[in-house]
Amino acid sequence: MLNTIKILFHQGKQFIPDLRKAKVPGIYTGRPEISTAKTDIKALVECCPTGAISADPVAIDLGKCTFCRECERLFPDKIHFTTDYRLSTNERERLIIREGISVPITLNPDKVRKEIHALFGGSLKLRQVSAGGDNSCELELNACGNVNFDMGRYGIEFVASPRHADGIVITGPISKNMAAPLQVTYDATPSPKIIILAGTDAISGGIFAGSPALDRKFLEENHIDLYVAGNPVHPLAFINGVADLLGIK
Amino acid sequence: MSYITVNNQQSVPADTIPELGYPEFLELNISLVENHPERHCVLYFGYNYRKSIRLVCCIADDLLHNIMISSSVVKSDATLNSFSAKILSFEKFEREIHENFGIDFIDHPWLKPVRYPEEGSEYKLKMAEYPFFGIASEELHEVGVGPVHAGIIEPGHFRFVCNGEQILHLEIQLGYQHRGLEKLMLNKKKLIERTTLAESIAGDSVVGHTSAFAYLMESLGGIKQNDEILFSRTLAQEIERIAIHTGDLSAMCTDVAYQLGSSVFGRLRTPIINFFQEWCGNRLSKGLIRAGYNPYPFTKELADRLIAILDAFEPDFIEMNKEISTLPSMLSRFERTGMLKYEQLLEIGTVGMSARMNALERDIRASHPYGIYGTLNHAPVIKHHGDVFSRFQIRKEEVLQSIAYIREIVKQIPDSNTFKKAVITLKPESFVLSLTEGWRGEICHAAVTDSNGDFVIYKVKDPSFHNWLALGLAVRNNEISDFPICNKSFDLSYCGHDL
Repeated sequence: MLNTIKILFHQGKQFIPDLRKAKVPGIYTGRPEISTAKTDIKALVECCPTGAISADPVAIDLGKCTFCRECERLFPDKIHFTTDYRLSTNERERLIIREGISVPITLNPDKVRKEIHALFGGSLKLRQVSAGGDNSCELELNACGNVNFDMGRYGIEFVASPRHADGIVITGPISKNMAAPLQVTYDATPSPKIIILAGTDAISGGIFAGSPALDRKFLEENHIDLYVAGNPVHPLAFINGVADLLGIK
Repeated sequence: MSYITVNNQQSVPADTIPELGYPEFLELNISLVENHPERHCVLYFGYNYRKSIRLVCCIADDLLHNIMISSSVVKSDATLNSFSAKILSFEKFEREIHENFGIDFIDHPWLKPVRYPEEGSEYKLKMAEYPFFGIASEELHEVGVGPVHAGIIEPGHFRFVCNGEQILHLEIQLGYQHRGLEKLMLNKKKLIERTTLAESIAGDSVVGHTSAFAYLMESLGGIKQNDEILFSRTLAQEIERIAIHTGDLSAMCTDVAYQLGSSVFGRLRTPIINFFQEWCGNRLSKGLIRAGYNPYPFTKELADRLIAILDAFEPDFIEMNKEISTLPSMLSRFERTGMLKYEQLLEIGTVGMSARMNALERDIRASHPYGIYGTLNHAPVIKHHGDVFSRFQIRKEEVLQSIAYIREIVKQIPDSNTFKKAVITLKPESFVLSLTEGWRGEICHAAVTDSNGDFVIYKVKDPSFHNWLALGLAVRNNEISDFPICNKSFDLSYCGHDL
């Protein structure tokens, strides 16, 4: 007993006091900024492993970006990655960053379904489905619940059964072999329910886009309530995105 | 000679690998492995070759520090005697070859599907029709779990045959995570695309897999790594080991409902992975390793910061471990649970920490050193009980060992170079095998190039490929309620297996 108290004392305070304003340590790869500087556009578009960069105007689609920083390394005058971890939105279009425009990524409040604030604002239980995920987003989603991030303070939690859940969080590019289990899990979740896509692989297929081993039909047939970009998603990106969706201040 | 001998990460012309008739090929490789516990098969694979299939078998010798490679060319409609009938550890390799090329191994114990790939499969079976081993009896019942599990974890299906609470048999069906990665390695030609693929093989072993890939590319490109590259990859590998091992200790505490240990180890992992973010902008080190150059110089400031983090980490980590070793309620869950004998580990071909938990010394850092491991004189941590507690202790001791290595190597930080990009032209008609020791164990990448220097085949083998069978056998005669702790104590990769 005495030892336990000693250990507890030695941990000090580990939780992040305000998740909505927390700063990330180091050179975290967050929302990029694209300057209007002139550069070899063709080479810039070519250097991206997932075709996330387009020309006229130069834009980066964070739903495809793997945050590898190759473009920043080769074109430092053109591309700069900030530490802004707010990479969540409910409109796919808003994940596209254009040259010369540097504004935070936000949700479109008009597109948030009405019942979400009222029903889930105080408590949201989520079921996670890894569908070809590489276990990086899965590790980070687990970290959302640890003593540092403590997502549970907002009443947001991951649960074991889809029957107890208010929605599902999908990671991974959705392999063919997981398409049916994903559908079964979604069907087992009682309505009304939400769908969150966590990570580049889930949003666009990432580096696996176009692989014949994928089956992404599920995404065409269902409404997506939240996109969280990242490779993997940072816990702060996920927690803040969900909190914004629920209308938590 | 009926085989050639190469070193880890050494590329050779593909036609120098001797071609044997299949019966000699079989006999040779069996004789190399049989009664030689210091040898094991690191990779056995096939690829399309002049309208036939060329089978290549790679046997590593831990004492001589080299790898013996031989090959045989067979027709895809061939009916062959199996290696597995004599040496069980070839079992999955042959199932994979059967699945990809349709070759029939007549005396293989059971040619079941491995991954259900989207094409090229001879199997017309659907995932739902997997032929599970069953025991017909009114006394027994079956329990099916997954593919979607009760946590934030990857998918796989576990089928138990139980007698009351006791597990008689567990069969693990995988393939749900199959993304077609090896094919994409061939189709995507750009280096950055392939690097990104390597980083996505298993997101918990980014350093292990990406450095195996980078060493392979450099070997095929004829590029000699500078000190900075060798240093940063070795350092990153040991940081990854500390981070994931600590996270696993937390998860093992969770699975026996010990909240304090779960929280303490959980929060101890945070500053370690945050350090990766300070170094390269990503908590799981994606982006840190690139073939041909080191994109993120390791500075004196980063070294001071890392040492400060470890100084704070170490006493709390040791204190928590000490407390656990005095708690009978923890020890009774860990000790003698999920045990495997040395002979079983050897028979399965187990690698990495899952082998070292019971006296089987398999550690690429010592047996086939790369990076700067040669200068560290690495002595693997070995345990002798093969139970959950052994796997717990191995993690604890390896974390402390890695901390000691880091303290040692950061005393001398090599000068940083300012390359921003590497251009790598692969040697034509070559073969290379690249081994690294990830935190789970031996990671193996291999490639063969054609006359244009393009990949004919790119093979990836995660340690989980062998070790899943170890989990299946470890839970026999345990209570089914001990399955979660057994599973977590191995912590195997689904996506690394399914590719």
